[in-house]
Amino acid sequence: MSTLTIRSLRKNFGAVEVLKGIDLEAQNGEFIALVGPSGCGKSTLLAMIAGLESVTSGEIRIDGRLVNSVAPKDRDIAMVFQSYALYPTMTVRENITFGMESRRVPKPQQDEAVKRVAAFLQIEPLLGRKPGQLSGGQRQRVAMGRALVRDPKLFLFDEPLSNLDAKLRVDMRTEIKKLHHRVGKTTVYVTHDQVEAMTLASRIAVMHQGEVQQFDEPATIYNRPANMFVAGFMGSPAMNFLPAELSEQGGRPVVALQSADGKTASLPIVQALPSTTPRQLVLGIRPEHIYRFDPDLARRKPGIAQIDAVVELVEPTGAETMAVLRLGGKEITGRFDPDGTPRMGETVTLGIDMARACLFDPTTQRLI
Amino acid sequence: MADVSLDQSLDHRAATVAARRHFLTRFVIYGLLVIFAAIYLIPLLVVVLNSFRDQQEIARNGLISLPRSFRLEAWGQAWSSYCIGGTCEGMQRNFYNSLKMTIPATIISTSVGAMNGYILSKWRFRGSEALFTCMLLGVFIPGQISLMPWAFILGNLGLSNSVYGLVLIHVIQGISFTTLFCRNYYVSIPDDLIKAARIDGAGFWRIFRKIILPLSSPILIVTVIWQFTGIWNEYLFGVVFTSGQQQPITAALVALTASGTNVRAYDVMSAAVLIGALPPLLIYLFGGKYFVRGLTQGAIK
Repeated sequence: MSTLTIRSLRKNFGAVEVLKGIDLEAQNGEFIALVGPSGCGKSTLLAMIAGLESVTSGEIRIDGRLVNSVAPKDRDIAMVFQSYALYPTMTVRENITFGMESRRVPKPQQDEAVKRVAAFLQIEPLLGRKPGQLSGGQRQRVAMGRALVRDPKLFLFDEPLSNLDAKLRVDMRTEIKKLHHRVGKTTVYVTHDQVEAMTLASRIAVMHQGEVQQFDEPATIYNRPANMFVAGFMGSPAMNFLPAELSEQGGRPVVALQSADGKTASLPIVQALPSTTPRQLVLGIRPEHIYRFDPDLARRKPGIAQIDAVVELVEPTGAETMAVLRLGGKEITGRFDPDGTPRMGETVTLGIDMARACLFDPTTQRLI
Repeated sequence: MADVSLDQSLDHRAATVAARRHFLTRFVIYGLLVIFAAIYLIPLLVVVLNSFRDQQEIARNGLISLPRSFRLEAWGQAWSSYCIGGTCEGMQRNFYNSLKMTIPATIISTSVGAMNGYILSKWRFRGSEALFTCMLLGVFIPGQISLMPWAFILGNLGLSNSVYGLVLIHVIQGISFTTLFCRNYYVSIPDDLIKAARIDGAGFWRIFRKIILPLSSPILIVTVIWQFTGIWNEYLFGVVFTSGQQQPITAALVALTASGTNVRAYDVMSAAVLIGALPPLLIYLFGGKYFVRGLTQGAIK
């Protein structure tokens, strides 16, 4: 049973404001991902939760208890570091028991805890080895073992997968998810990888320039990003942004776009617009909502707009093919089925799923 | 076919030329190295040979000449019976003085340096960088400058003409170097280790003992060798602040060469010099490879 509450938390390093009033909360057993580009302050925030960095102002509460000036060892937390931070001169067993030694846990209890964690993570054969004799994935496991053995209130992960190669990273990601399901501990997970955040978290806090841009469930973050930063950061390839003008056609709102042949195409707006909507807009469309126009699909599914674009570049990935398209003087990316891959230079008729499109105010960059 | 065989003979000729050139350059390189090695080794050889020669033979044939006799007496005399400045006990007392000075001074200055380095790299505080810069100045200040202040301090502490006074001097003078060595080594130990240990509930001393010290052997070996040879070979403070029976071996060696007999006992002098040079030499022999390794290697990642 443990919660984390952060209220208007600030951090200054000298004159530099690293965190500008962070509000976050994690319910019991929740998995919170802090995601953002480097320098956004996510690691500093985690270090402050751990007690490794001091608090300039605001408050951090673990289970309702104010821990602003509580030493790291007394916060009842466990942390997994990006570098794993395994003690190089100790064996795996000593690494795992070091914390219990420091807390003077009786020996039989230690042995029992090691046995439990080693079985849980399947690292029994490694217990006698030194970290230098382990592979990246094994080190990762040991680092998690060191955290798990504590049975803490809060798990903190600081980019734990970024030192692994691509395949292992995906495997370990799955393991962490399984682990969280089995252990059910409140977890804060820092990553710069939006896929990790999407796959693992129950809620994601997208951070940028020391502020939380949006704190919500993964689906909401992805489908209804609060602003253009979140929209552009989450999702790969990134969301396409097209400057567009709001107008009306037959009494219904549309956005006007320049099509490949120089004509203006009108795309219908499906969502209801507030009266304060500015005339100049930014239309945001994810690549997977741009595809080859299919009349059958358009009949079945309302809100699919039709527009012509020239194919500039084709990037097959195997499972799907990305195409860079020129539309209204801007380059956009569309996602195509490998069977229907367009050719370079070809003019294709695109179907744009306007029901999934996002509209942004270009001055405030906020979602409309 | 003809073309092919022609090509082969060309290749063969080119290979011979290349091999010859290779041999020539090797020859020049090794020749030069042998010459330089000889330049360094011949004086040592002369001293070693003279320590086994008879004094009369040295007087007859000159300092630099091949030995016609082999005696160990000079070593015995130098160690225990040669007269220096009125006492006839040889160098042994001074040798022990040097040990009594060098061993504690090395241990203390290395320990303090390790602790300083740990604090200055892993527990930084406001002004710690400035403090480190100030400590570094000690590396560049020549010992002569501090002669007068030390005379004053030792006088006030009642430590003049004592080995303990020299220990104090060498500890203080050595801290700049030991701190520099250890701090720069500890900087390369990842900070995450310290953070992880803090979360694990370890404090300042436990982290030092359990995490930093076990990683320190390369730099501690370097520091110990550096301090031991530096302190053992140090001469200025020894000769200024001690006299007679309190002198370390370096100062006593000078007294030996200046002692008033009219015959210069080159055999004894040679043996005495070698006795004086032996401990640092042994340290290098046993620790030399760790020394080079420690200087070039960073901490385990």
